[in-house]
Amino acid sequence: MTTMATPTQSTADAQVPHYNPKSESAGAKRAKSTLFHVVALALTAVVLYPGLWMIASSFKPNAEIGGGNTSLWSSNFSFDNFVTAMEGIGGVSTLQFFTNSLILAIGAVVGTILSASVSAYAFARIKFPGRSIFFGMMIATLLLPFHVVIIPQYIVFQQLGLVDTYVPLLIGKFLAADAFFVFLMVQFMRNLPAELDEAARIDGAGHVRIFTSIMLPLMKPALISTSIFSFIWSWNDFLGPLLYLNTPEKYPLPLALRLFVDQTQSSDYGAMIAMSVLALLPVLIFFLVFQRYIVEGVSTQGLKG
Amino acid sequence: MTQSPTLSRRSTSSAPALRKSRQRGADARAGYTFLLPWLLGFIALTVGPMISSLYLSFTNYNLFDPPKWIGLDNYTTLFQDERFLQSVGVTVGYVVFGTPLKLAAALAVAMLLNSKRRGQGFYRSAFYAPSLIGASVSIAIVWKAMFGDNGPVDQGLSIFGINLGGWVGNPSMTMPMFILLTVWQFGAPMVIFLAGLKQIPNDLYEAASMDGAGPVRKFFNITWPMLSPVIFFNLLMETIHAFQIFASAYIISNGEGGPAGSTLFYTLYLYLRGFSDFRMGYASAMAWLLVIVVGIITLIFFRTSKSWVHYSGDAK
Repeated sequence: MTTMATPTQSTADAQVPHYNPKSESAGAKRAKSTLFHVVALALTAVVLYPGLWMIASSFKPNAEIGGGNTSLWSSNFSFDNFVTAMEGIGGVSTLQFFTNSLILAIGAVVGTILSASVSAYAFARIKFPGRSIFFGMMIATLLLPFHVVIIPQYIVFQQLGLVDTYVPLLIGKFLAADAFFVFLMVQFMRNLPAELDEAARIDGAGHVRIFTSIMLPLMKPALISTSIFSFIWSWNDFLGPLLYLNTPEKYPLPLALRLFVDQTQSSDYGAMIAMSVLALLPVLIFFLVFQRYIVEGVSTQGLKG
Repeated sequence: MTQSPTLSRRSTSSAPALRKSRQRGADARAGYTFLLPWLLGFIALTVGPMISSLYLSFTNYNLFDPPKWIGLDNYTTLFQDERFLQSVGVTVGYVVFGTPLKLAAALAVAMLLNSKRRGQGFYRSAFYAPSLIGASVSIAIVWKAMFGDNGPVDQGLSIFGINLGGWVGNPSMTMPMFILLTVWQFGAPMVIFLAGLKQIPNDLYEAASMDGAGPVRKFFNITWPMLSPVIFFNLLMETIHAFQIFASAYIISNGEGGPAGSTLFYTLYLYLRGFSDFRMGYASAMAWLLVIVVGIITLIFFRTSKSWVHYSGDAK
């Protein structure tokens, strides 16, 4: 920062940096760059440590986790914890929990994509009375603590006999209840040129045609962001399943994990951690594969983790 | 609704106008048809439940017997309920200390990363990763294990001769532990800050340099005002989010809010009242108080924002 003092140098900073041996600041620049990497790498180590500790511990025997072992390395690496974790809990295999999580997450993605894109098209591309009022209400739900709706929702689903089914967990996804995704798609569609639908209209296309054959293909980036985030949020969701599911056979992973913790307490730390790793596995894989896309998505759309 | 103006105009207007008004009617129909999923969800899952939860908040309801109207009793009882007051204290402490620390970390790291350097993409992703998994049960378990008495964190600190008397089991250390958990997830606001920083024209900094401004002046005279809309957005969203912390509190405290109520977060107490004690009316009153508080905070943020948030539109 301090070497930024001369104007000539900051201009050089702004342009594509190229090495210039004659420049006075070359040495200072290199020192600055080294300092940057030292600080950034130290921070990376701190930030990633809990995750690495989790993965490392999942391969360690119990004795090496309980005693406050800070090391990421063990001489006794084994897959025993995963074998125990895969056995599941309460007579239900972990594979079943995985399947349940997968059903819920895929359902969430499909429902959100369908309902949010259709609703967003109405907000972004059709003029109708009351549009701006509804839009304002939708934005307001973004700020609304959802705890205010969970009790009546629970009562209704209970009276309909739908507790302990996936209906309460999925119905909101098919009704665009995640206002965030609707908002995201509205913003995206508003940035598409208006000439597109005007031209299509002159050619006699109706809204259904415009939506399916012009908007949807162009919205791919927004649809991908939405899919990734609704999958991950559904996968990590804890409160919803905790409220609505009470048969272990129907549990998704986070709930199974809680059951596992309740029943084993700290007696089998290794298996508990291994199961935590398994529960996060799809999210971690998603992240590694789509990380660039996920991080870009956050910065352009203001998504939260 | 839209039929009548269309009809009345039809008799007097010429052909193009007629076509236009017909188009308007078709648009209205299409608009509501396309909006249908959201509209249904909004009525059935938001507005309806909000009204009934407001009603329930004035009743005694245990899910089995019909609700009994008790007026403001739930609300007055709340303020004599020590556990409720404790949950307010815990949550406010978490929001007041956790959110600014998290945002400060996010801004500091965003500024660190806001220069063309090799590895920037890697750092960005690495720092963002915790935000994606931070609220999961897995991470709550890891946190509990790492901060357990004599766990890795205690062990690590003892190398430096620091003994804090444990975390998970020590009522005075559970809050710092939760604050560390939220600060650890600084990646999400950081990425948004970073996007905002990239929007600041570099010539502003160059001009300031020419005037002899140092990094501190540059920060307060350029970065802060130019970034203020993004700071405002992050502050609002993170504050509202922080009020709603649940999964990690539930897991780390075994669903009880212990030790000594030090992790009895607001939403955890609401959950316990509603779904363990089946005091649905009481829990509804809690939920409405939360809505009111979040509403007031949002309002205050928007009101005060006029004095410190600068939108580029105003400047031009």
